Formats: sequence, C-alpha cells, structure tokens
Amino acid sequence: MDEDSSSISRVLSVGPVPDHIAFIMDGNRRYAKKRNLLDGAGHRSGYLALMNMLKYCYELGVKYATIYAFSIDNFRRRPEEVQSTMQLILEKIEDLIKEESMVNQYGVRIYFLGSLKLLSKPVRLAAERAMVATSGNSKSVLSICLAYTSSDEILHAVQECCGEKWDEGSALESKGAGNGLVFLKGNENGKIKPSIVVKDLEKHMYAAVAPDPDIIIRTSGETRLSNFLLWQSANCLLYAPPILWPEIGLWHLIWAVLDFQRNFSYLKEKTKLS
Amino acid sequence: MVIDSEEAQELSKVLELLQWVADIGVKSVCLYDPEGVLKNNKEPIMQRFSSANLSEEAAVNGRLVTRRNLTLEFVSFEDGKEAVAKAANYLFVKHYANGTKEKSDFTEPQMAEALGAIGSGGAEPDLLLIYGPTRCHLGFPAWRLRYTEIVHMGPLKSMSYGSLVKAIFKYTMVHQNYETTDALVAVPSCGQKFEISFHSGISYQIKLQVCIGSFRV
Repeated sequence: MDEDSSSISRVLSVGPVPDHIAFIMDGNRRYAKKRNLLDGAGHRSGYLALMNMLKYCYELGVKYATIYAFSIDNFRRRPEEVQSTMQLILEKIEDLIKEESMVNQYGVRIYFLGSLKLLSKPVRLAAERAMVATSGNSKSVLSICLAYTSSDEILHAVQECCGEKWDEGSALESKGAGNGLVFLKGNENGKIKPSIVVKDLEKHMYAAVAPDPDIIIRTSGETRLSNFLLWQSANCLLYAPPILWPEIGLWHLIWAVLDFQRNFSYLKEKTKLS
Repeated sequence: MVIDSEEAQELSKVLELLQWVADIGVKSVCLYDPEGVLKNNKEPIMQRFSSANLSEEAAVNGRLVTRRNLTLEFVSFEDGKEAVAKAANYLFVKHYANGTKEKSDFTEPQMAEALGAIGSGGAEPDLLLIYGPTRCHLGFPAWRLRYTEIVHMGPLKSMSYGSLVKAIFKYTMVHQNYETTDALVAVPSCGQKFEISFHSGISYQIKLQVCIGSFRV
C-alpha cells in the first residue's frame, strides 16, 4: 500500500475500525458494456478491484471480509455465461493459493460459504484445496460466498438442527434413557418439547466462521441485498455507492468506514439490545 | 417500514406518515421496529386506519380524496430469528416425529409454510423505507427481505411528504409497476413541466430534463 493510503489508514484507525466488511460486487457486466469490452473482461477488472479492496481492508485492520461471488440465482443465467464465470472463478481460486499471492502476504484464511455440492467437480475441488492450503493462516479471513443465498443458508441450518436433534434423540433412545423424546414412542398427548433455539441455528450458518458484518457495500447503486447475509445484517450499515464494482476505490472504503465510525455507538447499542 | 424503536414512540409522527402512505394509495404496510413499540401501540394505529374509515371522504384543494383502507401488519425483532427457530421446531415435529428420518432436504415452500403456521408468515415487501439515523434494517425478518428495495429516509422527526413520494416514485419507475401508484405521465418535451397524478387525486409537478438514451426526472 502506498504512503498516502498508509497515512489515511493511520488516521482512520484513531476511531473504531470495523471488524468485518462484506461486498456485493455488482456491475462487472455493465462495466464491460460501458467500455465496449467482452463480458469476461468486466469480471477480470472486477477481480483486480477486489484484490485492491481486500488489501486496503486488511491494511486498515479489518480482520474479516466476505464477498458475494456467485449466487444460487446466478445459475439461472445463460449456460455460456455461467460456464465462463465458473472458469474464471476456478482460475482465480488457483491464483489465490499461489505462493506470492495477497493471501499469503496478509495471512488470509479462506472459507467458501454456500451449497458447494451445486458446483461442478473441478470448482468444488479447487475450493476445498484453497481452504486446506490456507487453514494455517490466522491473521485475516476471506469468506467467499459461492452457490450461496441466505434462504438456502437458513434452510441448511434448520436441516442440520433437525438432524442433530433426531440423532440426539436416537442416541438417548438406544441408551434406554427416553428422556421425554417421545417422538419415537408416540406419547398419548402427542406433545413434543421444542428444543431448537436461535443459538443452534447460528452454529450451523455457513457464515458462522466470522462475526456479523459491520458494513455491507453493494456497488451499482442497487438497494437490494439480493439474498446476501440477511440473517447476519440486523445491525449492519448498508452502503450503496452508485459506481460499478470495477470502479470502486479507496475513497469509497474510507467513506464507508467514516460512516460506520459516525454511527458506531448507535449500532453498538442496537447490537446489545438484540 | 422499519422505524427506529426510540423514534417510533412519537405516535403522532407515525400516524401522520401512515396517512401520507394511505393518501398515495399504497394498500398494505408492514410496520417494523425491533423492540415492538409499534406493536404495543397497535390499538390506536388500527383504530385510525380500520375499514370503518373507508367511507370517510374529505375535500382537499377542491379535489375529492377518499381515505383508503390500509392493511397493516405489526412486526418486531422476535418475528425474525426466533420465528425461524419456532419454524424449525414445527418442521422437526412434522417430518421427524414419526420416528423416521426423512431423506429429502427441506424446501423453501416448506419453510414458508412453517413460518405461516407459527404465525410469522407474510409477504416480502416490495419496498422497505427505513426511518432512523442509519441505513440499517435493524433485524427485519430475513426470510422476507431477499429482494426488497431498501431506502433510507432519515430520522422520523424530519420526515417529509416529498421524500416519501420521491422514494415510491423512484421504485415505481424502476419496476414499471404503475398499478401501485396509478401514475399517469404525459410525454412532454424537454424543459417542459408536467404533472403526475396519483389516483388519490394528489398531484406532483415535475420538470423533465430529457437526456439522449435515458430518462431523468
């Protein structure tokens, strides 16, 4: 990072620095159209912008970053586009785990969040390799949402909790304990003690590898969250600059952090109440 | 509408805002504040906007304004995460309680049905207006926020009718959903003033600047 950015970083660090910033990288295709480039070129520019933003974040002391790389909804795009996006994702995952990449420079541990079973085998294997290769890193975290939606994440957590409760019940049954888990015997009054609580669900969320985000930045001026971190964004600042993702720069990050600092005590208070 | 709980205590402001929304012609409003202040004030709010008022008419600026029937829903933080936990228990009882572990994964429609069964169903809003100090949804139920447009309106105490109309109009233009506001737009020439009339009879004077290839108001 250059001298100016370092100074800015030092100034911003005087106030509270967000722990976790999430990005919805919207606008790559529109950027390509605007510049009369091929679609793929928009995504490539987007990748460069991402690397810069992550560097600024980690330099500033933001420990966790999450990005919305590919939504389950995106599978509905034209097959050629899905294919080329997946190809690019595969390439970039390989780049990330190379020795000289930013990931090793900043000690970044990578997680992939989503229904990875929906991905093609090469991409899924590359994702798994990246998670293993970076498992020893502990300075920062990068969560990449791939084949992800919040509704799928919530459903998955519900599914896991139900499965867990059933397994617990079966284990107790086999030990002869019963313990009021009457679903196996069929009690006369048919009452079953509800036992899944919010904490159980949160344990099984894909995004449980990081604390809730402090800021979500979505480019292109779109004001929707598009099924991204809905569960985790209750007390999160939503920032929607009107620029396209490849046009994002340090100043947008500074603006977001200043806004966060301005609203810090309000947001902290809201977090305590919930 | 998401309203900061402290600001929501200004009941007169909330009522005024809802009156504006009703006048514009919005049919259904979901009122959310995390601590349930609005839920506690359900009675006076419902009284003001119940169907008993449907036939009430008032003359405004020589135009007849019919007070519309507004469907209101009151939501708070516990209708978010807690409701999903309750829905999970409902699904557990329904699909696991017979002693066999069902093989197939739960689907989104099943989840929606479960949420409805425990009393936290409800449609996804088209537009979420946030009245408070920051652009933050304060825990609005996640399941109902997936593709909702989120607009920060500023603090409740400085709310204005103009900003409300602007936000709804902007949404309408983006979504071409003329049914919501019945906005009629005559095609003007550049620089000319034109009028948008809502079915409630309220109209808004706007000067159009036409740019090549786009439409800017």
